[in-house]
Formats: sequence, structure tokens, C-alpha cells
Amino acid sequence: MSGINYLFPEYEVKRDYDRCIACRVCERQCANEVHHFDDKRGKMVSDDTKCVCCQRCVSLCPTRALKIVKTDNTFKTNANWRENMITNIYRQADTGGVLLASMGTPKEYPVYFDKMLINASQVTNPSIDPLREPMETRVFLGSKETKIIRDSDGRIVPHLNQHIELSTPIMFSAMSYGSISYNAHRALAMAAEELGTFYNTGEGGLHEDFYKYGKNTIVQVASGRFGVKPEYLEAGAALEIKMGQGAKPGIGGHLPGAKIVGDVSRTRMIPEGSDAISPAPHHDIYSIEDLRQLIFALKEATDYKKPVIVKVAAVHNIAAIASGIARSGADIISIDGFRGGTGAAPAAIRDNVGIPMELALASVDKRLRDEGIRNNVSLVVGGSIRSSADIVKAIALGADAVYIATSALIALGCHLCRTCHLGRCNWGIATQRPDLVKRLNPNIGKERLVNLINAWTNEIKEIMGGMGINSIEALKGNRAMLRGIGLNEKELEILGIKHAGE
Amino acid sequence: MKRVYINEEWCLGCHLCEYNCFLSNSKESDMVLACMGKNIKSNLHIEDSGDIHFAFNCRHCKDPICIKACISGALHKEGEVVVIDKEKCVFCGSCILVCPYGALMESESGVMQKCELCISSGGVPKCVEGCPNGALVFEER
Repeated sequence: MSGINYLFPEYEVKRDYDRCIACRVCERQCANEVHHFDDKRGKMVSDDTKCVCCQRCVSLCPTRALKIVKTDNTFKTNANWRENMITNIYRQADTGGVLLASMGTPKEYPVYFDKMLINASQVTNPSIDPLREPMETRVFLGSKETKIIRDSDGRIVPHLNQHIELSTPIMFSAMSYGSISYNAHRALAMAAEELGTFYNTGEGGLHEDFYKYGKNTIVQVASGRFGVKPEYLEAGAALEIKMGQGAKPGIGGHLPGAKIVGDVSRTRMIPEGSDAISPAPHHDIYSIEDLRQLIFALKEATDYKKPVIVKVAAVHNIAAIASGIARSGADIISIDGFRGGTGAAPAAIRDNVGIPMELALASVDKRLRDEGIRNNVSLVVGGSIRSSADIVKAIALGADAVYIATSALIALGCHLCRTCHLGRCNWGIATQRPDLVKRLNPNIGKERLVNLINAWTNEIKEIMGGMGINSIEALKGNRAMLRGIGLNEKELEILGIKHAGE
Repeated sequence: MKRVYINEEWCLGCHLCEYNCFLSNSKESDMVLACMGKNIKSNLHIEDSGDIHFAFNCRHCKDPICIKACISGALHKEGEVVVIDKEKCVFCGSCILVCPYGALMESESGVMQKCELCISSGGVPKCVEGCPNGALVFEER
């Protein structure tokens, strides 16, 4: 259109030439082709315009000669028209397109987890040392029996509905094969198996190599129905119907045809090169009754042996929606908060639609209790669980377990450069390019995931011990263990907690 | 005996092993001091062809043909590791001719150099230690 480039590079690659030995590792490792060796000048040079700040070169530089800094090029300061607002307009005026974005929203919305504090025992009630005393982190997800049944001799007849058993209240949430690589999926599957928890196929089907991890797999049925076949449903330990995703509530997905190659095409059961479009709604679900039909269709198909999860995005009316789902025959409700990640979403949706997981969880848990149907379902929450403390707070607000995905990817090397949608992930995670996929050695990835979850589980035990609580069950919905800090009356009311000092 | 093996499936072709090797065999403790402005001659080298990358280094053969071919007695075994006495090497090139792995090459000082599994510094060879993707391993096979 015009010869003017309105966009100044957001990040600058700083190279310390006193340290650069021109080994060219940065050049070989950058799929964005930022670095190259300039023969004329006899030294390495960088093209800042291509840099996405994924930190791959920084991490692999053997002499720490590289760092990436935010540019100090400054537009005239304006509290209303901030730089990213202006540059987004330049981008759209250039292209006429929807701005795409990846991973969770980077915008500064309040993080309620950071405005809650956890209790601890002092004097009047003893704390527990998890190194000396048993600490139960095992949880069962599924609908709970509300009646005790006894036989003619008065003995309790043990009975459990369809459920899954987790060694720790942490699962890896849905990321499809296609949006992430084969090796990333393999690392998640192997880690889930070793940890005694679950990973989730996402909506892209289950690669034939991973059927062996079935007992640690949650298989997803989404609006595109990709890869859904009887063996697929049979393979998983639980089935998940994806109604929505926290990062993009109300819209579907679109994996470009360029990524539908080879195994991805076979696994999704669609032709190579065809776009994989997940419609915004399920075209057969327009009511809770329709949802119930799909739930029971899936249960029928799997002989009523597996629990069914319904995953919804946290939106304004979430309590009423969850109440409907809890009555629809679902065993588990998964709520995905608005800070959840995505492989690609319109930035306008990701940054502006949905509500925080903490508020959604608190209001859903309260609503289900008030209506006497909390035992019908387990609650799993996701959408940016960043630490063990977040998990403890989520459980105290009423969750049975949490879903993590972004944290899992960070454990695998992700630096949140938020350019997954470009398909050139230098860490071998969000890409299908074979030379990049091989950068993620799943054996190393598995170790790192296992370490992270074990570390968090240990921290959860420590925090619970400090409160004098020795099981997740006793922490669940125990909002007396939380206090708000810097929250207003309404926020405290929704969260169902008191303010610090009360 | 533990040897350095390459899992080609995981080799990225980043060539970091070459630099770690060069550092390990230099007198320096710092990568910058060891490598800045130097012609990097490492004892292991990566062959690249498109997306295929493969590390070559001494296999430390049970019955090393290079030792048999060495006319000056520079190549010899220390334990099971094939090492070279650079004082004795006359750079006749016989070892290069016979080694099927291309594991020997000319050093900066004009004599032969080869992988000695970092025995002088002990522990895991530095190429393996610094491999970012577990492609190089030091193990019994």
C-alpha cells in the first residue's frame, strides 16, 4: 500500500560483542531467522523486526552474549492512546484483518488469587508436618453418592459412580495434537502416566501411538468432532465435551490447512490440507436438554463406564449454566477462566471476553450447594493456575481439582512469546515443523513435568499441613481458610470469604 | 565401558557440543576466553545435511586400528580410552587413513588430536553435559 513501515520492532536483540564467539548457535536455533553471520563485517548480526522474544537464543547462547530488551523507542506518552492501541490500529489499517493472538491474555486484569491469603494454625489448633505424618492428596472426580446403602446385615455396600482417581489434584488440560506437537503430547502423556493423573487430548483426536496411555487420558469431543470414533471414546478414562474455552468463549477454532499434514490429518480424520474448523456452537446442542442427549449418547457408546466432563468457559451467567450442566447427567464440570491459554484466538475476544476463574468458581460452587446438587458433579477449574498456592486457593474456593496447561508448557520450555499461531515455535511445542518438533525431547519433557507436579504437590502438602489439614477433601470448599486483601464488599461476597483481619 | 553415543533423533544440529569440547580441551575455564577469535577445532564434530544432524567422535574401539597404524607410538590406551601423546605424534596421517569414523584431526599445534572422553577433567564428557536435548549420552551399550 505505502512504503511507510509504521511498526517499530517491539524488542531489540542486544549482543555483547565482547562475549560473542560467533558460534552461530543463535542463528541455527532461530526459526524466525533473526540472527545471521555477516561475512563482510565478520560478525553476527540480528534483525530485530523478526524477533518474537521467545528467548531460545538467549537460553542456548554458551557465552551469555545475548539478551532481548523491550525497545525504548517511545510514542508520545498518552494514558488513553497507549502504544499497543496505536500499533494495533496500524496493523489493521495495513492488513484489514482480525488480529490473532496466542496464549492467555497479557492485559492487566485483577488476579484474585493474588488478593487472597491462606490461613495457618497457631497455638489453639495444631499444624501438621507432612514429612512426618501422612497427607492425602488423592482425589476422586465424578458424581458422589449421597445415600449410604446397607445390606440386610447393616453393612455398608460400597458403591462408586463412574469416576477417575487422581494422585494429586492437578491434571493437564486440553491441548490438541495439531495445536501442539507430537513430542509435547508424548511428554504430557508419559508424565500423566508416571504421576497417576490425566492429560487431555484436546479436540484433535488421539494419535495412534498414544492409545497405550489411555488409562491416563481424557478424550475430548468438541464441536468439530475431530478424531472421534468408537475406539477413541473407548481408549480414554473419561470423556470431555468441550462447550467452550476460557481464552475464546463463544467462538470456535480454526487450524489452518497448512498444519493438517501427515499424522495430524490422520488423527483428526480429515483430508490433508483442509482447514480444521471447529464451529462456535455444537450444531446439535442448543439447550441443556440437547447437552444431556450428547452426554448420554457418549455414555451409551462407552457402556456407562466412564465419567463425562463438560467443559465451559467462565462467562457472566456461569452459575446458572453450571446448575443446568449439573442436572444434565454430567459427572464433572470443568470451568475455564478468561486468562486461559490458546493456540490462536482473535485478540479482541481473548482480551475482553469472559470472567475470572476465581469468581466463576466461587459462584458456581455456592450455587450448586444452595441448590443441593453439589454432589452431582465434581468441579475442575483452569485458566491460568500459576503455582501451588493458586491450587490451594482454588480448592478452598470449592474446586475438586485443577487443570493446568500454560504452566505445563512453561515447564516444557515455553517462554510465553505468544506467537503460537505462527507455527514456528522455537521450543518445539506449538509447531508441526519436524526440525522444530525434535527440539522437544519428550523424555526430558516428561521429567520436567513430573518434577513440577511433584514440587507443587509437596508445596500443597506443606500449605495444608500449616493449616492443620491433612487431606484435599478437608480443604475443599473450606473458605474459612481464605481471607481477602484489598477486595471490596462485593468481591468478598462473591468469593464467599472474609477480609483479612476479620 | 561407557562411551559417548549420539541419539540422532534428538540432535538439533546446534553444534554446542563442539564448543563445549573445545573449551574442555583448552587451558581456559571460560568459553569466551577459550573460543574468542580462535579457529575452533573440536574432537567431535557434527555433520549436517538438511534436517539430519549427526555427531562424530572417537568410538574408543576395543581393538583400535589407529594404534596399530601409529608409527611413533603416540596413540595408546589409558585403561580402555584411546589417547594420544601429542609430544610423540609426528603427524604422518596414518591414523586418519585407517580410522573408519573420521575421529582424528589436525590440531592447532600441527599434530593429531582426538576425543579422550574428557578423562583429564573427569566425570561426564563436556559435550554430553552441555547437550541441550539429550542427544549425546555417555553410557554403556
